[in-house]
Amino acid sequence: MKKKERPGGLAGLAILNLFRKPATQTAQFGLGGIQKGYRGRLLYDPATCINCVMCMRDCPTGAITIENRGTKEQKDMHAYLDVGRCVFCCQCVDTCPKKCLSCSSDVLLAAFSQDDLKIEL
Amino acid sequence: MSERNDHKVVLPIGPQHPSLKEPGSFKITLDGEKVERAVVEIGYNHRGIEKACESRNYTQDLYIIERVCGICSHAHTSCFCQAFEDMAGLEVPRRAYYIRGIVGELERLHSHLLWLGVASHEIGFDTLFMYTWRDRELVLDLLAQIGGNRVNYGVNTFGGVRRDLEADLMQDILHVCDQLEEKIKYYADLATTETTLIARLKGIGVLTPEDVRHFSAVGPVARAAGILDDIRVVEPYGVYKEIPVNAVTDDHCDVYGRTLVRVKEMLESIRLIRVMIREIPEGPISVRAPRKLPAGETLRRVEAPRGENIHYIRSNGSDMPDRVRVRAPSEANWHGMSYMLEGFQLADVPIIIAAIDPCYSCTDRAVSLSSGRDEQIASWDQLRLFGIEQYKKNGIDPGSIAIRPF
Repeated sequence: MKKKERPGGLAGLAILNLFRKPATQTAQFGLGGIQKGYRGRLLYDPATCINCVMCMRDCPTGAITIENRGTKEQKDMHAYLDVGRCVFCCQCVDTCPKKCLSCSSDVLLAAFSQDDLKIEL
Repeated sequence: MSERNDHKVVLPIGPQHPSLKEPGSFKITLDGEKVERAVVEIGYNHRGIEKACESRNYTQDLYIIERVCGICSHAHTSCFCQAFEDMAGLEVPRRAYYIRGIVGELERLHSHLLWLGVASHEIGFDTLFMYTWRDRELVLDLLAQIGGNRVNYGVNTFGGVRRDLEADLMQDILHVCDQLEEKIKYYADLATTETTLIARLKGIGVLTPEDVRHFSAVGPVARAAGILDDIRVVEPYGVYKEIPVNAVTDDHCDVYGRTLVRVKEMLESIRLIRVMIREIPEGPISVRAPRKLPAGETLRRVEAPRGENIHYIRSNGSDMPDRVRVRAPSEANWHGMSYMLEGFQLADVPIIIAAIDPCYSCTDRAVSLSSGRDEQIASWDQLRLFGIEQYKKNGIDPGSIAIRPF
């Protein structure tokens, strides 16, 4: 026997969906799906940096800048990253002879203006 | 759309079109519903990648080459790294070759799953599209764990690989392989028994073995016509020298054949991954690479998911290449596209285009500005002799390569 069609049969499902958890994830409470070893925002340790600028030479997009504001003897190292240019390949991390650069899992780097994308590490 | 005096309609499709996500233009002359003539216009995605490589050092070029294609990024870097290592005379550790092989086969899996989804979407079989793209996520998550990114894994470096595979990760890969095998077997079963799918794909976009040779088609398009054109078999490189590949061919010569080849290749990739994980040796994963290459040139071939990938590097002795040439497989497969489209219905056009797994950004490489000077045309015999010499130089006996007779 053919099953009788009920008008509005989907209404129950629609009402049920109102009380279900959303299928999307909210980034506010931590990101799901970020794997261990993900290549995100760079971390910089100025104490170990020797200002060899090898990271700047190997960066494919020219996103990283290393600056010594002090003198040769008394270093005051600063690293700047243009997140708008960075492709997160982390070649700078591999190139660095003193391992003063490392990558974190921080991927929340969006900004409202281009100038805000230039960050100091 | 314009109507000509002979009542034939010229239908422009693209550059922005609903069937594929990349820009490509097709001018299709229709006689009723039948495609009488098809003109393919590509070149909307030209990014000047080869020229960009000439003004950067080799390390920077590696990441430009990785971005030639969003799907077969590992195949491109593998080819580029092999060309570099060939010129620098580097001995790559065996473990690095195995890791490259595992990532390469995972990439083939995700590329073929993506293609299966796109192809089923083109024929209105969106359920399969959802299924395959769901399964593809498993592979992408694995690749993100291995390399740190879902698409541009950044695994390859000159002289080896950048990241090692830990025991836990290898167990995860095996677990995903088990899950995928069951699902892909179901798709293979579906492709060989589902009558509507077979009726929709069989007999369209035909490219016979003679046509494949004529248009120099590569990859699954050639293999679907029964031609064993798999670089992993013909000219084994890296890990494939130790682990032989059972190449998949088919005799349907049409879109259905290309579907079967890709589905069976996925099962073969799973087998290869299992063998590689079982036999992966211990040891270092990379050796130190020089920054400069000696003057000279080299050409390397790697089997990408879509077919044969060719990279050419010419060096003048500095840390920047003098010339880089990238011939992606889609570029070879586009030549036969007009021929494949002609004679079929307008409704077949999207699936015939999708069947070669076109990648527009792979294709649009260089514009040839020929001056007519310093050019010479080599005969087939000269090219053949040159090829035999090259094979011998790479330690391969050209006599052992089986080419299907016509």
